[in-house]
Amino acid sequence: MATQHSRTAARIMMTPAVFLLLVWMLVPLSMTLWFSFRRFLPLRGGDQGFVWFENYTRFISSSSFWPAVQTTLVIVGGVLLVSIVFGILLALLLDQPMWGQGVVRILVIAPFFVMPTVSALVWKNMFMDPTNGLFAHLWRAFGADPVVWLSDVPTFSIIMIVSWQWLPFATLILLTAIQSLDSEQLEAAEMDGAGPLARFGFITLPHLSRAITIVILIQTIFLLSIFAEIFVTTGGAFGTRTLTYLIYQRVLESQNVGLGSAGGVYAIILANIVALFLMRIVGKNLDR
Amino acid sequence: MGRITLDKVRKAFGEVEVIPPLDLTIEDGEFVVFVGPSGCGKSTLLRLIAGLEDVSGGQIRIDGQDATMVPPAKRGLAMVFQSYALYPHMSVRKNIAFPLRMAKLDPAEQNRRVEAAAEVLNLTDYLDRRPGQLSGGQRQRVAIGRAIVREPAAFLFDEPLSNLDAALRVGMRLEISELHKRLKTTMIYVTHDQVEAMTMADKIVVLRAGHIEQVGSPLELYREPRNTFVAGFIGSPKMNLLEGAEAEKRGATTVGIRPEHITPSATEGQWKGRVGVAEHLGSDTFFHVHVDGWPEPITVRAGGEVDMNHGDTIYLTPDEERMHRFDAQGLRIA
Repeated sequence: MATQHSRTAARIMMTPAVFLLLVWMLVPLSMTLWFSFRRFLPLRGGDQGFVWFENYTRFISSSSFWPAVQTTLVIVGGVLLVSIVFGILLALLLDQPMWGQGVVRILVIAPFFVMPTVSALVWKNMFMDPTNGLFAHLWRAFGADPVVWLSDVPTFSIIMIVSWQWLPFATLILLTAIQSLDSEQLEAAEMDGAGPLARFGFITLPHLSRAITIVILIQTIFLLSIFAEIFVTTGGAFGTRTLTYLIYQRVLESQNVGLGSAGGVYAIILANIVALFLMRIVGKNLDR
Repeated sequence: MGRITLDKVRKAFGEVEVIPPLDLTIEDGEFVVFVGPSGCGKSTLLRLIAGLEDVSGGQIRIDGQDATMVPPAKRGLAMVFQSYALYPHMSVRKNIAFPLRMAKLDPAEQNRRVEAAAEVLNLTDYLDRRPGQLSGGQRQRVAIGRAIVREPAAFLFDEPLSNLDAALRVGMRLEISELHKRLKTTMIYVTHDQVEAMTMADKIVVLRAGHIEQVGSPLELYREPRNTFVAGFIGSPKMNLLEGAEAEKRGATTVGIRPEHITPSATEGQWKGRVGVAEHLGSDTFFHVHVDGWPEPITVRAGGEVDMNHGDTIYLTPDEERMHRFDAQGLRIA
């Protein structure tokens, strides 16, 4: 299609963008790698030279490492589960013709526009506060003892908050997928004797598999690095310390840049393992 | 058995009445074609029979049983859709077996019926492929296979050939006709193509704006169209409809003469005209002739070897016996 000349021109035009992207990624990455091999304590003597893999062994042998990995996976998995199950239900609901469809759809998307810090604060103070929160009032209205959400069921609470933010994204993608389903297929299944549940299971759900895959992929990438929601609610206490949060604590609370950087490299490895798994499962789905 | 009776069936979408009260009987084993221009309500009528749309009034009876409120799956009818509506994530085998699986049939029996249907439709080699890997004609056959295995009381076809290319369409037309001869099951077939209607039907139902214009065998419709609409719709190329002096001379408001019932000549005849476009098909030649004083050119069929071209003078003689006469309302004068 393109001539030699236009291809050359295209390459030259793309160079600044490619260069900027490389710098943007490579500089922080190589700095992280550099620091991870050094003993660097900003308030206790500064940069004290190479220690090579000592940071790596210390980070992984710390008693908080494996619990943090586990918490990360629990939160990511929990949010994925909630947002996909409820996302499908909401999408099915929004696909029905109803009055005020346009407004309702915008309202459903709204949580996605709220900043993570703000939404976490709203949840913490308005809903989950054990004395003044709406949930506390609701519980008391039924004569029950209010749940102290953030210390009794902290992981669950965080999953709830993060799911609330990501549900609109899942709903939106699944809704467009549902709308692209050929209605004749559903009618054919109806004539073939499939009831509503069978139609959902045999026709709609397989049709959605690709969209579900995309939701899982994109959300996982973002969910592995959630931070604000934990920072403003539990501050990493009560077993809600994820890998990201652990790294933050190592760098800023213990003032150990080298140790934190080593943690960062582990996070990169973890993300890649998860991504590899997902690509395997998902790749099969996307090929079709 | 598949005798379907429509009794004053009516369909309205909101204020708009798509199908005014309509009566129709389809006998067991008949091949009935609903034909009409697009938007005439033929597909809606089919969907009413299938149960995919609710009737606004009247009654649908299948084998004498009132089926008006029966859900589609329980009517014992199978439908082949225009887009085939195959399930893309299932293999051909699973597609065809789907209605049996929904009916919770014994797996061995399912397999037997699928194999039998595949045999009939030449699909045996494709059973493990997915619909995406098949050609248009093969997909069409899978859709028919999915209908056959249910052993329905009647088959409903909704413009099944309109997504195929011309050559394939002729082939599939024959296959469906043969299938009907072999199964002897009632078939209702919707199309806008009058050639399909003429070649396949035992009985044609011509529809316009939800009204039945005429019901009859292909040749009845060809020989004795009840009004000018049917006259113009059935037959290819279209019947020539003349108004004015020629019609008055024969005591009618409109007269119609088919292209094949006019004899062209280079030397003498009743009407004198000039050849406009000549379409040479080899077996036939169609002349579009401009006759002085007539607003529209008139179409004439001649033998394949008649050598006349654009601008030549031509004389035409209509076969008076085969002239159709219509009154001011467009109805046939016997």
